[in-house]
Amino acid sequence: MLKREQLKDDYLENRLIRRRLKLAAVFTVLLLSLVLGRLYVLQVLEHEHFSTLSDSNRIRIKALPPTRGLIFDRNGVVMADNLPAYRLEIVREQVQDLDATLQQLRQYVEFSDQDLKRFKQSLSRRRPFESIPLRLNLNDQEVARLAVNLHQFEGVEINARLTRNYPNGEHAVHALGYVSRIDERDLSRVSEVDYAGTTHIGKLGLEKFYEKDLHGEVGIQQVEVNARGRTLRVLSETPPVQGNNLHLTIDSRLQKVAEQAFAEYSGAAVAIDPNNGEILALVSMPVFDPNLFVNGISYDNYYALRDSHRRPLFNRALSGQYPPGSTTKPFYALLGLESAVSTKEHKVFCIGYYKLPNEERRYRDWKKRGHGRMNLHDAVTQSCDVYFYDLAYRLGIDRMSKFMAKFGFGVKTGVDSTGERNGLLPSREWKRGHDGMPWFPGETLITGIGQGAFLVTPLQLANSTAAFASRGVRYRPHLVQSIEKIPDYNRIDAISQIVERYPMQREKNWQHVHEAMINVVHGLRGTAHYSIGRKIPYKVAGKTGTAQVFEIAQDAEYEEENVIERLRDHALFISYAPADNPRIAVAVIVENGGHGSSVAAPIARQIMDAYLLEKS
Amino acid sequence: MSQPLDSDALSYGRRIMDALRLDPVLFSLLLILASFGSLVLYSASGADIGAVMRQVSRIVMAMLLLVAIANVPLRVIRKFSIWLYIGGVAMLIAVMFFGEVGKGAQRWLNLGFIRFQPSEILKLAVPMIVAAYLANRVLPVGLKELVVSAVLVAVPVLLIARQPDLGTASLVGSAGFFVLFLAGVRWRVMISLGILLSAMAPLLWKFALHDYQRTRILTLLNPESDPLGSGYHIIQSKIAIGSGGIYGKGWLNGTQSQLDFIPERSTDFIFSVFGEEFGFFGSVVLLILYLVIIFRGLYIAAHSSENFGRLLAGALSLTFFVYLFVNTGMVTGMLPVVGVPLPLISYGGTSMVTLMMGFGLIMSIRSAKRYLG
Repeated sequence: MLKREQLKDDYLENRLIRRRLKLAAVFTVLLLSLVLGRLYVLQVLEHEHFSTLSDSNRIRIKALPPTRGLIFDRNGVVMADNLPAYRLEIVREQVQDLDATLQQLRQYVEFSDQDLKRFKQSLSRRRPFESIPLRLNLNDQEVARLAVNLHQFEGVEINARLTRNYPNGEHAVHALGYVSRIDERDLSRVSEVDYAGTTHIGKLGLEKFYEKDLHGEVGIQQVEVNARGRTLRVLSETPPVQGNNLHLTIDSRLQKVAEQAFAEYSGAAVAIDPNNGEILALVSMPVFDPNLFVNGISYDNYYALRDSHRRPLFNRALSGQYPPGSTTKPFYALLGLESAVSTKEHKVFCIGYYKLPNEERRYRDWKKRGHGRMNLHDAVTQSCDVYFYDLAYRLGIDRMSKFMAKFGFGVKTGVDSTGERNGLLPSREWKRGHDGMPWFPGETLITGIGQGAFLVTPLQLANSTAAFASRGVRYRPHLVQSIEKIPDYNRIDAISQIVERYPMQREKNWQHVHEAMINVVHGLRGTAHYSIGRKIPYKVAGKTGTAQVFEIAQDAEYEEENVIERLRDHALFISYAPADNPRIAVAVIVENGGHGSSVAAPIARQIMDAYLLEKS
Repeated sequence: MSQPLDSDALSYGRRIMDALRLDPVLFSLLLILASFGSLVLYSASGADIGAVMRQVSRIVMAMLLLVAIANVPLRVIRKFSIWLYIGGVAMLIAVMFFGEVGKGAQRWLNLGFIRFQPSEILKLAVPMIVAAYLANRVLPVGLKELVVSAVLVAVPVLLIARQPDLGTASLVGSAGFFVLFLAGVRWRVMISLGILLSAMAPLLWKFALHDYQRTRILTLLNPESDPLGSGYHIIQSKIAIGSGGIYGKGWLNGTQSQLDFIPERSTDFIFSVFGEEFGFFGSVVLLILYLVIIFRGLYIAAHSSENFGRLLAGALSLTFFVYLFVNTGMVTGMLPVVGVPLPLISYGGTSMVTLMMGFGLIMSIRSAKRYLG
């Protein structure tokens, strides 16, 4: 190091740097001459050519937005299409005084501050001479009033554009989702070129998940305009390509039956074909009209929907998380037999409560006086809590959480829509990660009857039921059966994916629980017998459930009658039918519905009836 | 009569600049360029006086920073280099995790009171650190020095490139390269690196570039292929410049510009407006003005008394040239569309501040020599 330091010769180094500086100077001159040369070519040699182009720069390029793909149910019923709607549009470049024009337009047509805000936003990122919508969905009177006075306004146009329309209104809204005006956030996700001219984009549900398929390809039109920018003629055109059509697995008729079955209740119901994971109905109640969002929902309407205590905007089927309650019992019963912790013959005496060996606390049964001597079959049909406390105690939480995960509890189903949540499968690891506390034996008991921290989404519960119905084969539930490619109308079918296949130790174990579930509905002492089991023309396997509501404290502000309703338990029911060859698996959750048998089971029955009896 | 008065005023101005430790030639040229730029901006923004006022206040702020930096002794700047570099790289890493996304790239860091792009800091920090590192070493640089410098340059360049911001990454990269070039990296080393790089070009094309970046390069070769996207920019920009002719259409009279055919006309494409309104004649004058600024920077570099100043002043001046070349090359359709502004004229504060701070450094280098003895 020191030796090198001594070799440093400032004179020589300065000479080196100067030489390089001179060289760099020569380079800059050379490269700038290149730019000058290029400018000479453009501005002197080819000036004539560009001057002509500039004078006749009347050729504009217009983007032609593609028509959005259609959505059909599994029988070809239209769920979403496009209707021509009149829009008031403005070409900024042709308007002398924008504010004055807007002021004058107010005489003929109303537009809200929101319309104005959106208009200004679009204005700031338009391409030259693009017409920007000010008001969507003009009615006939407005069109007539404007048309008569349009001659006063330079640069103001009324254009008919195809706009998304949901012909069935609020029907199936939580399955479909909706489209709405593109905002800044959407623009960062999509290519500006592909969406030139497109005003709407999928915001939720299928409309968002399948945005790429539904959108289509933008077209380009070269038009000649006059000096004021009005289009004189079309020079060339690459037409847009319509977006692909979606054919759903949803059966619109079944969906409607399910929606009506809820009447005034809030909740969710999901029906799945256990043979392939196709979702036949996906209901979340209450519903709302997606058409409101297409044309720009007013603040008043939006706040009314958002702040309604029944929360119609909330997609309960995918995002709602509820304690599964007793609907978990068939799964635990199967685990008991499969792990040989329990047997068909093993009996537990139910005296109305259960106590851990070294604890004083009583874990109560829903039936105060107790069920008496219970074997596994009776414990499922009569939903005896004490039997399952005992079973859970002997199984241990680790075995329980591992087994339940195989049936899809605690993980997303991977459905092809947006907003799906995980649910929560309690386990030792989860507890440690959640609050750093160890797992307590008492929690195992509570988990054994589907309470405590245990949470499921209705979709998850339906999917787990379907997996049970098909003896452990769990599919990825899906809403789209096939995508119809435009322009050749080839239909590409969605592939039914098996997510997990539970390896059954003994087929007989499953058969035993399955029969107990049949007796839940058909047996005289079954918990759902009285409500749906009489005069039922096909065989159903089911299980009722009741989930305690824990949220009272948080919602304490509500007026009394609501509080009382909100105090009531959630009612649950899972089932599959026909029992011997299942074609449909259903999960129903009715918020504050009381007991699962009285409210949730009849809804499930109506769905199954509609599917199995009236299938056309 | 007025002769002595004028020279009085001149010498008065000169005395002020001396007191502020400014280089009178360079400072006057920058002032002329920035004021002229504001006039062009007035036209390009569609006579938006508000935009011009905002730009003028940015110029004033940037000039104040220039004066401040010009008064920092060079040895302090030299010691500070390492901290600026470390801080800059740390902030680039922070941007990776907490940065705000704008237009599809994660470049901005929000410190609550101010929102800025840390990559801008590296435009100064990289040449500073490399110059500071090489200043004590024996020149021309040996292999070890070359490798260390290359790492110092590569780390921030890669971090910036993955934001992704190829424009800034190449500016930072070239700033570092210029220091090495001036420090006398041997020709055979540079030639073999050049060959290696061009051999790797197909790989870079395939793996390092985003789709939109590939599109832009392909668009350059055939603008008509993408008439809705960047091809439109190039076509319209060429029409605007070409229709300007020898003397231009006159200030505020460019039909292409005023009728809004040129996109980004007050930022990256402002030279199209200039070319249309001031013609070939105006363009030559403008380019000569830029060239004189660059040459003055190189002159200060050549006359600095120590290697740190020589290398840094030279590299900063040459980076300034890269701005100019890439921007004018882009608007005339010779280079692909990358987001590099026309220095000191394009609307926007970020590059203005960085460039002026760079000239502040150059002026500090100049005073270091004068006041040393």
